[in-house]
Amino acid sequence: MATLSSTVSVKVPQTRQGGGGSTPPTFGGGGGDGRGGNGSPDYGERLRRARLGLAVGLTPVIMLFVSFTSAYIVRQGLPTLDVRTNTYVHDWLPVNLPWVLLLTNTVILVVSSVTMELARRQITRQAALAPVTSIPGVSLGEERKFPWLGITVVLGLGFLTGQWMAWRELAARGFYVATSASSSFVYLLTAMHAIHLAGGILALLYSAVTSLLRKPVEARRIVVDITAWYWHFMALLWIYIFALLEIAR
Amino acid sequence: MASTEIVHAHAAPQGFIRKYIFSLDHKIIGLQYYFLALIAVFLGMGLSLLMRIHLIWPTASLPIFGDIKPETYLMFVTMHGTIMVFFVLTTAPQGGFGNYFLPIQIGAPDMAFPTLNMLSFWTTFVAFVVLIAAFFVGAPLHGWTGYAPLSAVPSSGPGEGLGADLWITSIALFCAASLMGALNFITTTLDMRAKGMSMMRMPLTCWAWFITAILGLLAFGVLAAGGILLLMDRNLGTSFFVPGGLNFTGQTSFPPGGFSPSTDLVKHNGGSPLLWQHLFWFFGHPEVYIAIVPGMGVASQLLSTFSRKPIFGYRAMVYAMLAIGILGFVVWGHHMFMSGMSPYSAFAFSIMTMAIGVPSAIKTFNWIGTIYKGRVRFHTPMLFAIGFVSLFVSGGLSGPFLAQPVLDIPLHDTAYVPGHFHLIMGVAAIFGIFAATYYWFPKMFGHMMNETLGRWHFFITLVGTYSIFMPMHYLGMAGQPRRYSQLTEVAYLHPLIPLNRFITYAAIVTIAGQFIFLFNLFWSMAKGKKAADNPWEATTLEWTTATPPPHDNFGGRTPVVNHGPYEYSVPGAPRDYVMQSDPATAQVH
Repeated sequence: MATLSSTVSVKVPQTRQGGGGSTPPTFGGGGGDGRGGNGSPDYGERLRRARLGLAVGLTPVIMLFVSFTSAYIVRQGLPTLDVRTNTYVHDWLPVNLPWVLLLTNTVILVVSSVTMELARRQITRQAALAPVTSIPGVSLGEERKFPWLGITVVLGLGFLTGQWMAWRELAARGFYVATSASSSFVYLLTAMHAIHLAGGILALLYSAVTSLLRKPVEARRIVVDITAWYWHFMALLWIYIFALLEIAR
Repeated sequence: MASTEIVHAHAAPQGFIRKYIFSLDHKIIGLQYYFLALIAVFLGMGLSLLMRIHLIWPTASLPIFGDIKPETYLMFVTMHGTIMVFFVLTTAPQGGFGNYFLPIQIGAPDMAFPTLNMLSFWTTFVAFVVLIAAFFVGAPLHGWTGYAPLSAVPSSGPGEGLGADLWITSIALFCAASLMGALNFITTTLDMRAKGMSMMRMPLTCWAWFITAILGLLAFGVLAAGGILLLMDRNLGTSFFVPGGLNFTGQTSFPPGGFSPSTDLVKHNGGSPLLWQHLFWFFGHPEVYIAIVPGMGVASQLLSTFSRKPIFGYRAMVYAMLAIGILGFVVWGHHMFMSGMSPYSAFAFSIMTMAIGVPSAIKTFNWIGTIYKGRVRFHTPMLFAIGFVSLFVSGGLSGPFLAQPVLDIPLHDTAYVPGHFHLIMGVAAIFGIFAATYYWFPKMFGHMMNETLGRWHFFITLVGTYSIFMPMHYLGMAGQPRRYSQLTEVAYLHPLIPLNRFITYAAIVTIAGQFIFLFNLFWSMAKGKKAADNPWEATTLEWTTATPPPHDNFGGRTPVVNHGPYEYSVPGAPRDYVMQSDPATAQVH
């Protein structure tokens, strides 16, 4: 750590831990999680960086669905050669979506977005109060810890189950993946959204694991915070996909 | 020099595995990318040698592959292109040098997300292994562009079964890895610059890596979308890219009564092969700039440093790179003039493409302006930087020709196009990589590379690559088709055989010359002259730190930046260069 080039004078005193090693690190020290190993990290900076990273990281997700959308619209307007009659025909078959079921799923996802937001605000409050509550003997009274995160995970899984039921319903109505270009797109868009949402659920489960591992609440707050924004994005994305499938049938 | 105490993001690892294999240190990850690209480039080069030998001795039996069938030749074409574009030209300049030097040049202790950075490299590595695995099951024939329906129907040819699935999987993994890398580069550049390092004080290399990351961020998602649709067409029976009525049974004569839709024709209907081309080239054209833009950054950096002059028109250079990046997203159609697109679309794509000539010309003008009346030091890195400009011009000048549909249509499927893109995105980008290697080698390994060997390497490579790719333009204009495995049987191509032979000889000499580089690289690591901390008397932050840089890059201090990146020959300054972290008092203007 202390390979200083000859032109640099060492600055003392060190008010922050690590580096000079005036105070032993309060936790970790291994750097196993990549960050925050050898000193008290600046959580504000890390949160800002994580949010920026998320905003950047959502760009390719948007590009992915923009690509699917453009393919959808192009394919919808494309005439097809019918090999039997040797003529060009429009073969786009409007999919008979189980829209009551999908609407229910949409409501579940929107509600989960609300509970996710409540979870985010809850942990933000906890993180803000963490320096106070860490003082021995100081208590802020009994705070009700409503399990908003758990409810969000359950609702997320409920949404995925609902989507699975929608697939079964589609199959029952005779629309399989390869039935028609339109049904291919329905399965493609719902599946790609479901995979991305499952990633959000994994992130929530990860934050649950970190709470069991007694990571500082500030670190857990970052995971919950960016997952919340991601989750809201997933809700918006689903509404967009649903609208696309309903409007541009 | 102002310095403050910082807490590095993670402690220096001790064990070998954490230190060199699953390292979180951007410098180790950069080297991992670099050596992956080094392995890949020799593999890709070996394939090009086999192709060149086959073209002039079509009946010769080659080592490992034996007698070369047309499909074997196409397999070489595919694997050469894929390895070179993805695992060399995307990996080395951005993943290698960008990873190593972007954080140091902006004064950061590491990338923003070190774990993601490690994941990005290892995903790239797995992608490479999956691609190489395709060799062992029969590699696909569809070229690096993977045109459907050849790539979308497993029965369409040898290698299009499992080999093509592996190829697509590899590309999809590479997309994921590149997106992780791009996310890291952008966040790092925006959020981790040292005090005083405003965007307009960043070295042009950092601008280049930043812009390249943005291009990757926007482009790779589209390729991933195409890859997903392709995998669905291949494995789930969908018809995104496969039209109806295709017959891949190998029957060459029309059976009486016509083909039977149930047995002879593919079970697809209504897909559009052009949809794949649109998705692919929306990614593919920015990908070309992903390969070349880091080279532009390196060339700018080196021309200024070795001419002892500020870069001519710093802002113009930044805006030109941005303009090239933005225009790169609206020109993909020029790869598809052959597809029968509407002449109105073709016209729009053509105009946009030629517009790229403007920022490119600005860059070239500024590069020449930078060395004009400079006290030029012709070290090997400078030679390669000049070589980059030379190749950028000679490869770029054929661009405006190909941008015009009326010229592109006759030239598109000829050797003219390989001549064009190899010069500009292949060799020019490789020259950028060489320049960066010779320039940063002292900082990375603590030794200088051998100058004599470097010069030999430079002149052999410059003359050699021009000898290989310049004649291809003439071959193309004379009508020699590309991608054909055998040219000797066609009468009108007979007069071109001597020129083809010359190209193959030039390729052999050039490839031999690369072993000089390989030897120099490894020999200098151990036996090279010990390097000072700032051997080139350059100004940017990587030269203020120890050699090789410590784990947190600056040994516990945070650099503070007081100067622009290219303050050379400043009147009144004590030396002929002012380093970015020098005290502000040294500034006289």
